[in-house]
Amino acid sequence: MMKENMSNSEESLIKPKTLEEVRAMIKSHKRNDFIFSSIGLLTIIFALLTLLILFVDLVMDGYPKLNYEFFTDFPSRRAAHAGILSAWVGSSLIMLVTFVTAVPMGVATGVYLEEYAPKNWFTDIIEINVTNLAGVPSIIYGLLALGLFVYTFHLGQTIVTAGLTLGLLMLPIVIVSTREAIRSIPVAIREAAYAVGATKWQVMLHHVIQYSFGGILTGIIIGMARALGETAPIITVGALTFIAFLPPAPLTSVPPFISFEWLQSGFTVLPIQMFSWLSRPEHAFHINAAAAGAVIIMLTLLMNGTAIWLRYRIRKNIKW
Amino acid sequence: MAQNKLDIKAEAKNLNFFYADGTKALKNVSLPVYENKITALIGPSGCGKSTFLRCFNRMHDLYPGNRYDGQILLHPDNTNVLAKGVDPIEVRMRISMVFQKPNPFPKSIYENVAYGLRVRGERSKSAVDDKVEEALKGASLWNEVKNRLQDLAFNLSGGQQQRLCIARALATDPEIMLFDEPTSALDPIATVNIEELMSGLKNKLSILVVTHNMQQAARISDYTAYMYLGEMIEFDATDKIFTNPSKKETEDYITGKFG
Amino acid sequence: MATTQLKDPPISKRLAKNIKRNFIERVIEIILMFSALTAVFITLGIVYILVSEAAGFFKDVSVYEFLTSRQWSPLFEDAHYGILPLVSGTLTTSFIALGIAVPIGTIAAIYLSEFASHKARETVKPILELLVGVPTVVFGYFALLFVTPILQKIIPDLPTFNMLGAGIVMGIMIIPYIASVAEDAMRAVPMQMREGSYAMGATKFQTAIRVVTPAATSGIIAAYILGISRAVGETMVVAIAAGQQPTLTFNPLEGAATITAYIVQVAMGDLPHGSLGYQSIFAAGMVLFVLTFLFNILGHMARKRFAERY
Repeated sequence: MMKENMSNSEESLIKPKTLEEVRAMIKSHKRNDFIFSSIGLLTIIFALLTLLILFVDLVMDGYPKLNYEFFTDFPSRRAAHAGILSAWVGSSLIMLVTFVTAVPMGVATGVYLEEYAPKNWFTDIIEINVTNLAGVPSIIYGLLALGLFVYTFHLGQTIVTAGLTLGLLMLPIVIVSTREAIRSIPVAIREAAYAVGATKWQVMLHHVIQYSFGGILTGIIIGMARALGETAPIITVGALTFIAFLPPAPLTSVPPFISFEWLQSGFTVLPIQMFSWLSRPEHAFHINAAAAGAVIIMLTLLMNGTAIWLRYRIRKNIKW
Repeated sequence: MAQNKLDIKAEAKNLNFFYADGTKALKNVSLPVYENKITALIGPSGCGKSTFLRCFNRMHDLYPGNRYDGQILLHPDNTNVLAKGVDPIEVRMRISMVFQKPNPFPKSIYENVAYGLRVRGERSKSAVDDKVEEALKGASLWNEVKNRLQDLAFNLSGGQQQRLCIARALATDPEIMLFDEPTSALDPIATVNIEELMSGLKNKLSILVVTHNMQQAARISDYTAYMYLGEMIEFDATDKIFTNPSKKETEDYITGKFG
Repeated sequence: MATTQLKDPPISKRLAKNIKRNFIERVIEIILMFSALTAVFITLGIVYILVSEAAGFFKDVSVYEFLTSRQWSPLFEDAHYGILPLVSGTLTTSFIALGIAVPIGTIAAIYLSEFASHKARETVKPILELLVGVPTVVFGYFALLFVTPILQKIIPDLPTFNMLGAGIVMGIMIIPYIASVAEDAMRAVPMQMREGSYAMGATKFQTAIRVVTPAATSGIIAAYILGISRAVGETMVVAIAAGQQPTLTFNPLEGAATITAYIVQVAMGDLPHGSLGYQSIFAAGMVLFVLTFLFNILGHMARKRFAERY
């Protein structure tokens, strides 16, 4: 009866297709499949190729400058003698400040939000803030730092200011990766630890933070790479574009052997150095910019590559 | 029934339990846990047997909003495990637990077993060494792992992992050990091993075990409690429950008419 | 009982230990909570700084002039304070960028999610993530010294600083981001939906267009919106390549300053703290913050709606 009904309705509404017609239709559908998959593949290849050409162009442009002296020379008015010594030293010192501030704060926040925070409006507010901060343009952080660190806290246009600024920028990245890593730890492991009488903090310290370490590290590296390449907020807090001295060394020959004077020093960083050379009209300086750009790209690709590889390995090795 | 020469190690009295969403998961449950005996909790899934088990070591405290009402008295000191002033951490040091799925820490075999001792602040290396060896022997795992104590626990088989979890629970000399369907994730041979182990363990401590497997309850337990929809339907010696239950519901469940 | 019984300390000592332990636990929790509160403080700090500095600006400049004047020249003798030229520059470059990134990003996402082999996807996805991390100053170099010279060969009277080149490069920059987020959304569509479609005799392309893409719409839209937010907030590419002259124009062949480029331009100079010029970058920053904030909220709402469905 069912069959009768069906054939009835088909007859009345849609003309039944012969097997040949159906085959022809499928063939045309499959052709669409092929066409789109070719377009898709070509699009991706085109996009990746474009980026590859850009990178190759940059490295080729900068190649003549990528020698030992480039890393040991201060910037100079003569393009041929200009190097990135003060820039990479500045970048390194600033990354140090960034690391020391953003990592503990970020991990602590991640642990709090995943493990401690009660489900209420207060926690919701913190969560909304973290999500929002991840999307705030970096130059806004720069304005915050200019108003707050430079002119309210009177930290000046110094390494510590720049480090803190980039720390703020990196914070959401560390928080998000910490939370993701913690979330992947099964409840059963936590319960096992509680069941033998561990306190909450012991469970965090001995288990949760340890087992999520790889994921947290991934976030830290990605965050540091971002901070390393960040330019805009560093401009607003007052990076110098021409700096022919190094900050005081953190290690000294007289007791107590450690000095924090460098925190108060003026600075420049790699991307600023590149930007400043790029802003000059002379072609010779553009070559320097390309060389600096090549250094920045290699560093960030290396860091991000390590992070992605690390994440891949962690995913592969998870046994729970 | 309860012979008078038996000591009661712990007893639940009129226990009600509410989950955070307001569900009443346990209704007026009472049950004695006899010293050096195995007490099995059986019943269809969702009947509250695991919920009940997890009251004994206050696991429900880990999730906010859960609420107990009633008592679980721990003898000989007559401590009400559920009382506000009693620290759940202290309770867990006295009453340990083995879970449904083996859940070793991603640490070495040695560190897994030693963890309870570390948490208790045990510092002496030799004392910890002794205790780890004793616990692994107690869990019949020592011979298999004594030469690779520093291996990662994940490299053990499922059955070995579960015995490791028993060793971990054993290392702190608990008075009661809770088992939450300890063999449901294991193959038949590993299941037999764990069952034999449990039968041997009762000389040292008291055992409360949740099982979904009636044959298992019949094989290993001395006492059996049948629960249904959050209520304690019947509690008696295992022989009696399985041969001559006094309640119709119990009989229906045992004979497979339902559940 | 066990052979080597652990010693249990007397009750009083145990209680004291419990109290001390619980106290430490509490202190740790409070420390962690204050860490988490930093996120709130940062947002409050941003709002406070922007509003308080901009308030100084609006003492001298009326909100009406700010929103309607067609000129922005705070540093000139004949100063005008109309934000519109900066907004037009921002919007023009952003639209060019999206015109490039949305179609390419979407096609790439559909291909990766529905057509590519497992191996191809596992190769391309990490590359996309890698590209998301390339510093923007480098893209500024490409815009100024690679793309614009090529464009000048096609359009001979194109100025060195123009919005077209900057927008195109910004688009290329955002492709990996949009492709990655949109692909995540499509992968999250449950397999049963695809199987349901295949079981009716649909092809891959039909399944992708008629089933997967509609099911992932809110997730894909979230990718677009977050892409817009990035384009609007992008600084270095436009500061380097789009020009520094605030001009009320939507013509991509001209050069014009964006909000972000203006902030950079002022910050590079040496304006005294508290001057009107100094305050003007906070007023401009406030507009930028509000714009990106709105886009971010919209994007996250779309994303959340999508996440709740699957």
